[in-house]
Amino acid sequence: MRSQSRRTPRALFAVAAVGTLITPLLAGCSGAGGAGGVGGGSAHAINVLMVNNPQMVELQKLTSDNFTKKTGIKVNFTVLPENDVRDKISQDFANQAGQYDVATLSNYEIPIYAKNGWLHALDSYVKSDSGFDQQDILAPMRQALTAADGKLYGEPFYGESSFLMYRKDVFQKKGLTMPAKPTWQQVADLAAKADGAEPGMKGICLRGLPGWGEVMAPLTTVVNTFGGTWFDKDWKARLDSPEFKQATQFYVDLVRKHGESGAPQSGFAECLNDMTQGKTAMWYDATSGAGSLEAAGSPVKGKIGYVPAPVEKTDSSGWLYTWAWGIQKASKNAGDAWKFISWASGKDYEKLVGEKAGWANVPAGKRSSTYDIPEYRKEAAAFADVTRDAIASAKPNDPGVQPRPAPGIQFVDIPEFTDLGTKVSQEISSAIAGRESVDSALKKSQALAEAVAKKYEGS
Amino acid sequence: MTITTSARVAAATARPATRPPNRMRAWATRAPLLPALVFMIVVTQLPFVATLVISFFDWNALYPKDRHFTGVDNYRQVLTDPDLRHSVWTTVLLTATVVLVSLVVGLGIALLLNRKFRGRGVVRTMLIAPFLVVPVAAALLWKHVLYNPEYGLFNGLLHYVGGPQPDWISNTPLLAVEASLIWQWTPFMMLILLAGLQSRDHEQLEAARVDGASDWQIFRHLTLPHLRRYLELGALLGSIYIVQNFDAVFTLTSGGLGTANLPYTVYQSFYQAHENGLASAAGVLVVIGSIIIATFALRVVSSLFREEVSRA
Repeated sequence: MRSQSRRTPRALFAVAAVGTLITPLLAGCSGAGGAGGVGGGSAHAINVLMVNNPQMVELQKLTSDNFTKKTGIKVNFTVLPENDVRDKISQDFANQAGQYDVATLSNYEIPIYAKNGWLHALDSYVKSDSGFDQQDILAPMRQALTAADGKLYGEPFYGESSFLMYRKDVFQKKGLTMPAKPTWQQVADLAAKADGAEPGMKGICLRGLPGWGEVMAPLTTVVNTFGGTWFDKDWKARLDSPEFKQATQFYVDLVRKHGESGAPQSGFAECLNDMTQGKTAMWYDATSGAGSLEAAGSPVKGKIGYVPAPVEKTDSSGWLYTWAWGIQKASKNAGDAWKFISWASGKDYEKLVGEKAGWANVPAGKRSSTYDIPEYRKEAAAFADVTRDAIASAKPNDPGVQPRPAPGIQFVDIPEFTDLGTKVSQEISSAIAGRESVDSALKKSQALAEAVAKKYEGS
Repeated sequence: MTITTSARVAAATARPATRPPNRMRAWATRAPLLPALVFMIVVTQLPFVATLVISFFDWNALYPKDRHFTGVDNYRQVLTDPDLRHSVWTTVLLTATVVLVSLVVGLGIALLLNRKFRGRGVVRTMLIAPFLVVPVAAALLWKHVLYNPEYGLFNGLLHYVGGPQPDWISNTPLLAVEASLIWQWTPFMMLILLAGLQSRDHEQLEAARVDGASDWQIFRHLTLPHLRRYLELGALLGSIYIVQNFDAVFTLTSGGLGTANLPYTVYQSFYQAHENGLASAAGVLVVIGSIIIATFALRVVSSLFREEVSRA
C-alpha cells in the first residue's frame, strides 16, 4: 500500500499519463499518412504532392500508362485532403527539404511562396517548350501565377471563377426574367419574387459557413463590386468603410430574408445540395458547381441558366481560383518536373481525359483552346462560354474600384489572410445567424484587420 | 517514473529485513521494463518537449526567416487574446454541461438496465451503440440527418405534427454541439455506473428492505454513496476526453457562432495562421489544464483500486 504522503511519483505519473493522452493532439498534426509513398531518387523519377480532388485522382490513374510510357519518368504521387496537403507543402517547401519536386498550389500560395524563394521560376521552360503554348493559358491565370518579380511560378491544372446559376423553368413559370448581366440589386429583387416559387424553395443560396475559403469568398466579391476593399493601397484596413458595410449588410440581409435555412452552416457543398434538390431558385458560387448540376442523373440537368457574377460598381466581379503546379526550388529534378507539368497542363492531356473518362471530367478553365474542342462544347454547352468569359474577365490585380496593396479577388494575397479571413468569417456567420449586428461584426473585424495591417504599413 | 516506484516497492518487498541494499536484484527487476520506459519517453515526452521549446519561439511557417526566440511572449498573447479567453470559457461550459447531463441520463438508464427483464442484453448493446460510432461520423449524422432545417429528421417530425421549423444549429449553436456529444457520451457513463450498480452488496440491500426502507431511501443512503466513486470516475474520464473534443465543433459549426473550443482554436492558429509558436503555447496551456484534471482523475482511480484491494 502506498502512503498518501508520497505525492511526487504520482504527480509524475499524472504528467506521463497526460502526456500520453495529449501529445498525439499536438504531434499528430503532421502525422497524417498519405496514399502512395515517396520513392527513391532513381535516374528518372519525380515526387508529386497533390490535393485529393477528383481531377487529380484521375490524373494519377492516367500517369503511368501515358506519361511514364512516353518519357520513362516515374511519378510517385502523395495525395492528401486539402488542409493536410497545405500543411505538408508549407513544411516541405519552407524547409526546402526537397522531398517533393512538384506540388499543387493555389493562386493564393504561389505569389507568397515565390516571394519566400521556395519555387522555381518557369519562364525558361515555357520558352523552350513550344508544344505547351503558354499564350493559350487564359490571361488572368497567367497573371495570378506571376509573382511580384514578374516571373512565372506556376502552371494551372484547372481553374474556376464564380457566376450566378438560376432555374430557368422556375423563372419562366413565375414570369421572371434574368438580365444578361444582372446587378446585385436586381438579383435581390428576383430572390424576393422567386422565394417560395415551389414548396420549400428559397430565393437564393449564398454561403454562410465560416472559413476564409467559404463565406469570405463570395462576400469579398460582393464587397469589391460595391466599392469596398479590405485594405487601401497604403495598407489601411477599411472594413469600417461605408462601402464594406453596405456590401456586408446587403449580403447578410439577402441571406436572412430569402436565403437557404441553416445558412450559417452552408458552404459550397450544402448549396450544391440545395440547388440539386430544388430547394433554391438561384445560387451564386463557383463555376465548378455547374459540372455537378449538369452531370448525368442530376434532377436539375438542363433546367439551369448561367449568367455572369452580379455587379454594382465594377464591370465584372467573378473570383479567380486555380489549382496549379509549382516546382520546389530545392528540387534536383526540375527538368523532369517540368516535363510532367507540361504533360498534365497540356492540351493533349485534356483530350486524353475526354476520351478515357468522359468530357465532363476535363480539367477545364485554364486554356482558351479547351472551349474550342467540339466534344467538350457539346458536353458543357450550357455553361462553357459563361465560364470562360467569367475567368477571362477576372482581374486579380485590380478587382475593385481602387488600387490595392496586394493581388487577389476573393482574398488578399498575404500570408495572414487565411487566419484573418477565417476570424472575420466567424463574425459574419454570427451576423447571418442573427446573433450580432453587422456593425458589431465589422467593428471586431476591423480591429483584427488593423492588427494585420501594422505589419505592412509603410512598406 | 512509475516504473521506478513500482520497482522500488518490488525491491522493498523483495528486500530481506536486514540492511544489504541488494541493488543487483532491484535492477534485475527493473531491466525488463527499461525498453518500455525508453519507448514511452521517446514517443510521448519528446514531442511534448519539442512543443514546449517551439512555444517560446515566434515562428510563423510562412516567414521561415523570421524565426526567433521571444520568451513568454506567446503565452502572454494567448492569455490576453479575447478570442482565446472566450474559447477557454466555451471549453469549460461545453465539458461541464456534457459531463453532467451524460452522467444524470446515464445514471437513469443504468438504474433501469440494472433490473432484470427479457431482452436486457439486446437493449444494453443498442444503448452502447452511440459510443461506438466514429466521432466525426456522429457529428455529420447530427448535422445533416437530424439538425438540417431542410431535410433533417427533427424538422421532418415537427412538420408532420405541424410545428415550427427552427434552424437548430444557428439558434442554439452550443446546445446543438452539446446535444450531439451528450448522445455520444451517455452510454460511456451508463457503462461505468452499471458496473458500479452490479457491484452493490445484495445482503445490505436485503437488510435495508427488511428494515422497511423505501426505494428512495435505499437509493439515497446506500446506492448513491456506493456510486460516488463511479460517478467521480465517469466525470473525470469524460472531462479529459471532452475537453479535447474537436470533431463535433469542427463538423457542426466550423467553430462559428461562439462554439470554438480550445482544441479548435489551437487547430486554427496552427493550420490557418501557420503560427507554430502561438499554437504550441496554446497547446501547452491545454496540457497544463488537462494535467490538473488528470491528477484528480488518477487520484480517484487509485483510491478505487485501493478500495478494491482492501475489499478483496
